[in-house]
Amino acid sequence: MMRNNNLKRREPLTDTQLLLTITICIFFAMYGLAMLVWGGGFLRFQQVFDMLNNNAALIIVACGLTIVMIGGGIDISVGGVTALVVMSCIVHMNNGGSIVTAALLAVGIGLCFGLVHGFLISYLEIQPFIITLAGMFFARGMTTIVSLEPQKIAHEGFKALMKTKIEIPWLGYVAKKGNLIPARMEIGVVVALVVLIVVFIMLKKTRLGRGFYAIGGNSQSALMLGVNVKRTRFLSYLISGLLSGIAGFVFMMHTGAGNATNAAGAEMNAIASAIIGGTLLSGGVGNVIGTFFGVLTLTTIKAIVTTSGLRDPWWQSITTGAMLCFFILLQSVVLSQRAKKKAKAKELLKE
Amino acid sequence: MAQKKFNWSKYSQLMLPLISILLIVVFNLIRDPSFFSVEIAKNNVGNTVLTGNLISILNGASELAVLAMGMTLVTAACGGQDISVGALAAIAGSMFVKVLRSGEITVGSIILAFLCCCAIAIVFGAFNGTLVSVFKIQPMIATLVLFTCGRSIAYWINGGATPTVESPLINAIGSFIPGVPIPTPIIIVAICGILFALLLKFTTLGLYTQTVGINQRAARLNGINTTLIKLLSFMILGVCCAVAGCIGVSRLGLINHETLLLEIEMDAILAVAIGGNALGGGKFKVSSSVLGAYAIQALTITLYAMKVPSTAVKAYKAIVIILIVVIGSPVVKAYFSRLWARLKKSGKGMEAV
Repeated sequence: MMRNNNLKRREPLTDTQLLLTITICIFFAMYGLAMLVWGGGFLRFQQVFDMLNNNAALIIVACGLTIVMIGGGIDISVGGVTALVVMSCIVHMNNGGSIVTAALLAVGIGLCFGLVHGFLISYLEIQPFIITLAGMFFARGMTTIVSLEPQKIAHEGFKALMKTKIEIPWLGYVAKKGNLIPARMEIGVVVALVVLIVVFIMLKKTRLGRGFYAIGGNSQSALMLGVNVKRTRFLSYLISGLLSGIAGFVFMMHTGAGNATNAAGAEMNAIASAIIGGTLLSGGVGNVIGTFFGVLTLTTIKAIVTTSGLRDPWWQSITTGAMLCFFILLQSVVLSQRAKKKAKAKELLKE
Repeated sequence: MAQKKFNWSKYSQLMLPLISILLIVVFNLIRDPSFFSVEIAKNNVGNTVLTGNLISILNGASELAVLAMGMTLVTAACGGQDISVGALAAIAGSMFVKVLRSGEITVGSIILAFLCCCAIAIVFGAFNGTLVSVFKIQPMIATLVLFTCGRSIAYWINGGATPTVESPLINAIGSFIPGVPIPTPIIIVAICGILFALLLKFTTLGLYTQTVGINQRAARLNGINTTLIKLLSFMILGVCCAVAGCIGVSRLGLINHETLLLEIEMDAILAVAIGGNALGGGKFKVSSSVLGAYAIQALTITLYAMKVPSTAVKAYKAIVIILIVVIGSPVVKAYFSRLWARLKKSGKGMEAV
């Protein structure tokens, strides 16, 4: 990914940009199609905001996962950590804790998991899959140890925070009775968008961000370029852990209830979003903006399936699977075609 | 000495699972000396059967052991893991029940149902395998597709219900054959193990799989059809899923697409890892993975025996897993071998003095 300007001019799109463009195009095409065919809810801005409201935590988790995946690793503990954070914070607040200490607790739990994962994976060189799998087991187990019963938030201040919604009147719509209903956005969405922008800038502009691409693309050459591979890998897991902690807090702001099965399957949804957004599991290629559109694409598919009348419960995940398969195949074909072209160009250059 | 050294290198991979099993056994014997006693009892049907913790460990790990065999092959050939085995087992189990329910249950219809569910599992395995071998997608991503929608497909096959099958024959597969004191799943695992051993012993599959896993390019230049080997490994895993699904269904006498072999994919990958196989592909030992599977089950049963609530077992399991992989990690191993060498050196120095 570290190309100099000469190369860039000759080849305007990198792999990352190409996959991102494809994803964004497909998302808009799909959403446009839904607007044309079903209209109704899809024509309102509230639909988009609902998607964001329901998936703010997923966006944050997927951002962290994207960083890890760009660095060539995998973190499947994110869903478990989110659930653990939700449960612990709610129990903490119901026992008289304040919102600030709960937020600190959330960040602390996330950082702890990130710290342990990062240390074991980068310094002891153990397979990331196994370690984060154990992390997931541990987090899920601990969640039930913290509380087996579903918990409901009783903290008044937090309840008020949950109900606070940012209203945007000029994106609203006029209801049948003639009164204007403004578009509503939860605070969690603002957090998610801030995280998204910060991560985007970090990946694009900072030394650390470029380091993630370098170690994911080729850790050997990254080492020779003077990147501290172990430290960079460690930090990628640390950031992922931190973001899962924040995601837990945002999740809690959305649901206000703790349950042992909270955020079940969030890790796989996050991985799927990142892949749809053009991040390669092999590392070195990817972008958080793509991940953001990946989350939106996944949600749009689900919304389309529900509106189109396929009401049997299995259709949602079958179409999601089919869509995922389509994206994976598309990526594979596009990338292999490009690799072939590149090889040909190289040969021509030699001649 | 030379002979001894040779043996050590050949079987060193078995050490990690064996040591973990040994630790669990010793721990249990200290905690409760009668933990592993096996008793002969009569079950409610009136058969003379063996009971005890040892039997329940061997019995409970059956599905896991079968899946671990297939998973080892996939890991070795493709350098990645299949995370859809639980979903695939659910699909196979649904097919098994669907065929069984279409007519009277006899030995013939059970065999037919088993063949049907093998066929469907092989088809889905081939789907995964094609994504991996032809389109060169990492196994974890490729199988994520089936992981997301597999259980829903099983639900679809069931027609939105959780049908039951009731027959003494199915019961015999799930628990005991009348007159045989050993639980049938253990016998099925033994048969699978023997078949696997024969397959690896008398065909070139094992050698080719290892070659493809170590260096795909070199394997291809040597005339090995790498695509076929990878595809084959996924199809074999498909058969393993079918067997595991059938055992799971027969145990309960019903198919629940949501809970059948839930999260077993994670345990199966763990079994492969504890078995000391390289998760990046290459060298493998199926027997080692099977031992890993039994180690996991022994750990689970131990935790249950210690009255840990079933929902919290995962947390303790995670700690043990991390301990085991930390001990087995190359960095820690290298550190200890250096320490050992230094100790030896200083010991020799002392002798010289």
